[in-house]
Amino acid sequence: MFVDLFHFNYTLGVVMSGAFILGISSGLLSSFAVLRQQSLLGDVISHAAFPGITLAFLWMMAKDPLGLFLGAIISGWLGTLFVHAIVRYTSLTHDAAFGIVLSVFFGLGIVLLSYIQQTPSSEKAGLNSFLFGSASTILFQDLITMGVFCLIIIIFIILFWKEFKLLAFDPNFMNSLGFPVVKLDILLTMLLVMAIVLGLQMVGVVLMSAMMIAPAAAARQWTSHLGFTVLLSGFFGLLAGVIGTLFSNYIPHLSTGPMIVVVVSLFVIVSLLFAPHRGLIWNWIQTYYYRSNIRANSMLMNMLLFSETQTDPYHCHQLSALSAIGRGPALRAMHELKRQQFVRNPEGDLWGFTKRGYQKAQRLQATLFKDDHGY
Amino acid sequence: MKDLLDDECSVIVQDLTVAYKEKPVLWDIDLKIPKGVLLAIVGPNGAGKTTLLRSIMGLIKPAAGNVSIFGQSIKKQKNTIGYMPQRGSVDWDFPTDALDVVMMGRYGHLGWFRRPTKADKKLALDALDRVGMLDFSDRQLNQLSGGQQQRVFLARALVQDADLYFMDEPFVGVDAVTEQAIIGLLKELRNQSKTVVVVHHDLQTLSDYFDWVSLLNVRQIAYGPVKDVLTNENLRTTYGGRRAFLMANQPFVD
Ligand SMILES: Nc1ncnc2c1ncn2[C@@H]1O[C@H](COP(=O)(O)OP(=O)(O)OP(=O)(O)O)[C@@H](O)[C@H]1O
Ligand SMILES: [Mg+2]
Repeated sequence: MFVDLFHFNYTLGVVMSGAFILGISSGLLSSFAVLRQQSLLGDVISHAAFPGITLAFLWMMAKDPLGLFLGAIISGWLGTLFVHAIVRYTSLTHDAAFGIVLSVFFGLGIVLLSYIQQTPSSEKAGLNSFLFGSASTILFQDLITMGVFCLIIIIFIILFWKEFKLLAFDPNFMNSLGFPVVKLDILLTMLLVMAIVLGLQMVGVVLMSAMMIAPAAAARQWTSHLGFTVLLSGFFGLLAGVIGTLFSNYIPHLSTGPMIVVVVSLFVIVSLLFAPHRGLIWNWIQTYYYRSNIRANSMLMNMLLFSETQTDPYHCHQLSALSAIGRGPALRAMHELKRQQFVRNPEGDLWGFTKRGYQKAQRLQATLFKDDHGY
Repeated sequence: MKDLLDDECSVIVQDLTVAYKEKPVLWDIDLKIPKGVLLAIVGPNGAGKTTLLRSIMGLIKPAAGNVSIFGQSIKKQKNTIGYMPQRGSVDWDFPTDALDVVMMGRYGHLGWFRRPTKADKKLALDALDRVGMLDFSDRQLNQLSGGQQQRVFLARALVQDADLYFMDEPFVGVDAVTEQAIIGLLKELRNQSKTVVVVHHDLQTLSDYFDWVSLLNVRQIAYGPVKDVLTNENLRTTYGGRRAFLMANQPFVD
């Protein structure tokens, strides 16, 4: 089975490498897009890139990968410029500008595509794959172009790490330090455009936006450190690429691009549910744990209060006298405390401190309300 | 008010007019800020206080007028100014910790591509210590309270090691103890003959905290040492009908 799984033929190797490159670059860039609250911009760029692809094809009448990439990059970039211009010079807001640019550019692309379908070119068939993505049309020369773009992306992220971090967190402050924020914004958006364009052939215009959100959304759940977020996001991207390719290769009639998107979406769901600290299920468990802990502590404090009225701190009291939080939860808390040997329960409803419990309660009293606010 | 010589000033603003689209939000402002004072900029919401700070720092292009800082254009003086923006201007769910944010105050000195060094880290930790946040240095941003976020921003400004500070509402959302601590730090900076310009809202504390004040409402209503400027007449002009509204349920004799 394993031998079979990794017995790559040439085509699978090419597709796999393509998915790998696409996953890594969209993963890395998606984390910046999501942190800068620009996740929707990815959707606009991928749709806006489409007419560039068709125009480049009309120009060359051939499917030269570099030419198509450049066409896509230019028109994707034009799309973001239009968004900026609309927001700046009209009273429309960002979401309206996104909607307009996306539909106008995409519409133009579709019109051009249907025009191309009527021309006698022999290579036109491949263009459809840019809509919904098709891995089988990836060639070795596509890989080289993708690889070069991916390398550029990685080098720039490493080089401008500190600058991109500040740009994402506080561009205002960065401006006051004298950094050219607008130019850096252009650079980062340019890299974003590259990452998107690079994935269009495999994943397609329609689904590419998922690749610009999902890896980062999943990664952010697991870590609160920018470096790890970006790395993990890149890793989720490439993992989704590889797993998606394998699935679609071994299960017939599943195309690669959509499969990659399904896998990365699964990562998001799992991360939303299970990630420590931020995941839903983790939160439920934590809340339950803290709540029962707080109940137990408050029982100990109550008992300490009572014991101060007695000469013997280990004197036993009835639970009803001790409890202020309702009988059911109180009883559960007491049994938990008994299990930890903090309290004893010599008979029926009578409860008192053990030596350990008395010490613990005194420690609690000393630390519980110590303030935690600096000054 | 005696006239200030130009080289006694850290900031000189002449005939500054700023507009967003066609609406002017600052009109013909003249301002000479002496070195080594604690200056408050006071005015109602929307008066243009933030806009004034940002245009002095060169973050907004004015429609008219000019600004000089220590006798030079702002471009040449970026590393002598420190800035503490309004707290609400960033996303506090950003994945990083308090120390990392404070370290950003060093980026201007570092310049392009260079990463912060051990020395920068030490400066950042010292600054966190000064604002009483040393124990929180590795705390995630989203686990800080509002007042703690405010202090992280203050530490980031301190670590810029500037001669001229601009702080936008540093006292908003902090408790009385923190407010005292912050004003203590600002006075300390002033005593090291640095200039500190603060957007402030509380008229009660104005004369305790500040040396100079600028009353602003699109135009500059009054400017000078606090005791000269803080008159009922001036406040009424600055706050207009709104101050009357605030005082409406007091017995009103005129
Ligand atoms: N980017 C912008 N575009 C258009 N108008 C703006 C912009 N920023 C501010 N304004 C307008 O300029 C005026 C001054 O704004 P500014 O933020 O300087 O006020 P402020 O005095 O700091 O108010 P606050 O006390 O609420 O912080 C306001 O009327 C505001 O609506
Ligand atoms: Mg303001």
